[in-house]
Amino acid sequence: MKLKLSEEQEMLRIAARDFLADKCPRAFIKQMEESETGYSREMWQEMVELGWMGLAFPEKYGGGDMGFLDLALLLEEMGRACLPGPFFSTVVLGGLPILDMGSEEQKERYLPAAIRGEKIFSLALTEPGHRNHEPAAITTEATPEGDGYIINGTKLFVPDAHIADYLLCVARTKPADEVAVFMVNARGPQIDCRLLTTLGGDKQCEVVLDGVSVSKADLLGRPGQLAAVQRIVERAAVAKCCEMVGNIQRVLEMTVSYAKERKQFDRPIGSFQAIQHYCVDMATDVDGARLSTYRAAWMLSKGLPCTGEVATAKAWMGEASQRIMDLAHQIHGAIGVTMEHDLHFYSRRAKAAELAYGDADVYREMVAQEMGL
Amino acid sequence: MDFGFTEDQERFRQEVRSFLEDEIRRGEWEPACDAWIQGFDPEFTKRVAQRGWIGLTWPPEYGGQGRSHVDRLILTEEMLRYGAPAACHWFGDRQVGGAILSFGSEELKKEFLPRIAGGEAYFGLGMSEPGAGSDLASLQTRAVEDGDYYVINGQKTWTSCAYFAHYIDVYARTDPEAPKHRGISEFIVDAGSPGVSRIPMTDITGTEAWSDLFFDNVRVHKKYLIGEKNRGFYQVLHQLDYERSGMERIMGNYPLFEAIVQYCRESKLSRDPVIRSKLARLQVEFEVGRLLGYRVTSVMEEGRTPNWESAMSKAYSTEFEKRLANVAMEILGLYGQLMPESRLVPLRGMAPHSYLGSKGYSLQAGTTEILKNIVALRGLGLPGS
Repeated sequence: MKLKLSEEQEMLRIAARDFLADKCPRAFIKQMEESETGYSREMWQEMVELGWMGLAFPEKYGGGDMGFLDLALLLEEMGRACLPGPFFSTVVLGGLPILDMGSEEQKERYLPAAIRGEKIFSLALTEPGHRNHEPAAITTEATPEGDGYIINGTKLFVPDAHIADYLLCVARTKPADEVAVFMVNARGPQIDCRLLTTLGGDKQCEVVLDGVSVSKADLLGRPGQLAAVQRIVERAAVAKCCEMVGNIQRVLEMTVSYAKERKQFDRPIGSFQAIQHYCVDMATDVDGARLSTYRAAWMLSKGLPCTGEVATAKAWMGEASQRIMDLAHQIHGAIGVTMEHDLHFYSRRAKAAELAYGDADVYREMVAQEMGL
Repeated sequence: MDFGFTEDQERFRQEVRSFLEDEIRRGEWEPACDAWIQGFDPEFTKRVAQRGWIGLTWPPEYGGQGRSHVDRLILTEEMLRYGAPAACHWFGDRQVGGAILSFGSEELKKEFLPRIAGGEAYFGLGMSEPGAGSDLASLQTRAVEDGDYYVINGQKTWTSCAYFAHYIDVYARTDPEAPKHRGISEFIVDAGSPGVSRIPMTDITGTEAWSDLFFDNVRVHKKYLIGEKNRGFYQVLHQLDYERSGMERIMGNYPLFEAIVQYCRESKLSRDPVIRSKLARLQVEFEVGRLLGYRVTSVMEEGRTPNWESAMSKAYSTEFEKRLANVAMEILGLYGQLMPESRLVPLRGMAPHSYLGSKGYSLQAGTTEILKNIVALRGLGLPGS
């Protein structure tokens, strides 16, 4: 047991932090939120050159051959910077599932393109009426036709679908009624994609698949992939927690430094015990979130079974992040609830992250099952 | 970063478990909440000592095993999981031994450490006084030099384990003229010395949990001064960092946690979504507390003294213990009020015992408020008031 980062990991973190501090200032985040695409092609290319897209993929596809834990640290820095764009979608929701489930041919076709930044990927999973991600409840149909399938259905909350080249589309094969994942050309004519306007300022879409034709070769693995889809969601939940570790750590730092500077009654408000104890409550929530997230990321990177640990991390993060944001806003006072201040970037994203890939209730139920209840 | 245990460490955990399970099977004792501080069992302590499990991290020349803090974490985690009666040696093992090791003379180390490790010398703590709780530095017990001796006069209170402790680790004022933090010294006082007397105090669980200790012209040889004269306050801060560092803060009532989960499984109460959610919430909170505790061990393993890290861990964990007791009481409903000796009592009455006992957890070894002050000032660098 050693809870410190290695020197290489510290270096990766510092490099990422420096790059993002330079390239992702507040004006950039705001501009991306207001833009149609939500990301900058130029910056995307720079991230490719830094090796970020390929970090966690094997060398033979052009990757950096590092583990999920290293990716976790990168995601943390992205969360710290509120980095907009389709990195999460392309790597966590696209590339890693392809690496897990795809044939060699599929991996060679898609992974180098993702790693070189040429193609953007995302996951089309959730459907109308689902409050949470519910892989078992999907109804999008894949009906056999000729040598392939025809897909019909509507997907919701699909991140970055409007700029994606490929969607990993989760559907139910007919008549076998098995969950399957298809590689779908996101630019095809039978796909209608519309942007939703979201609290977090990210780009999520409604995607209507109206008779989308795919071949058998577009299947990731064989039908009967419910467990694999659940693993995708599990990993996405941890990855989202990693982003959130960066988010809440930054919010804690912003809040503590504000409490040191802001003076009322001729003294810094951070010298008042009420404010100090709020800050400590925040720090405790942050540290608990970081430790439980790192543990889940470490277990994923080792390939160990970790449903309970993942659920613990996401259940804790969901509620802890909300407590942290409430206190951060309280300590910042009125300036913190203006658009002039940066805090809203963080608190809006924290709420969106809480809802993504399952909220605390969902994961507590998972913990209950792991406890044998 | 590595959250795992080595094969040797896993084997050690297994060894500790087998030992404890065997003890329970033989009927030596029954798992209990708070047994680390209230389970007085000299024979058990002796058997633990025979395995070399007291002073595990200390150098072998003083009776220790030179093992890692992670090994000690594993050992204490298992002791707490099984609710083993470890009170005789807990204080000596956790903090007084460490204080002697860090600050004591060679003579003191040779005199005390092997006896603590051998399960022969038990310690109580003489810190708090009627007028000195959170503001420990204002303590008034005096120690005045007289030839080769110090003469101690005063009163200590809230001393756990005093009724079986052989020695008391006493903090007394040696320079009343100096600023209050700079005039305190630390002594080892034989609890049987002439002039030491004791009045027991009963806590709200009905347990004789503490004592008031009175020192009336108690003569202590100068060699029993630990560390430097007038440096006692700085030494006690160091010792408190260790006092707050352990898993007993999150696992002191682990037998209740295990029992209530088991009870819900067997009674099918676990089908109730409200109860599932309550228990799962506790489990998540427990895991977070455990990780905060692991972080403290990891700091020690890096060779640092945990400071705000152990304050944070203790503050969080004792609040968890209160919630655990509350949830257990809620789940048991009306049966929750049945005391251990009552007819029909479920879970051997552990729930009301913990409910009452846990009120004190966030007071002992630094109140939650004092601990948060430490984290604010030392951990976050916020300005003093």
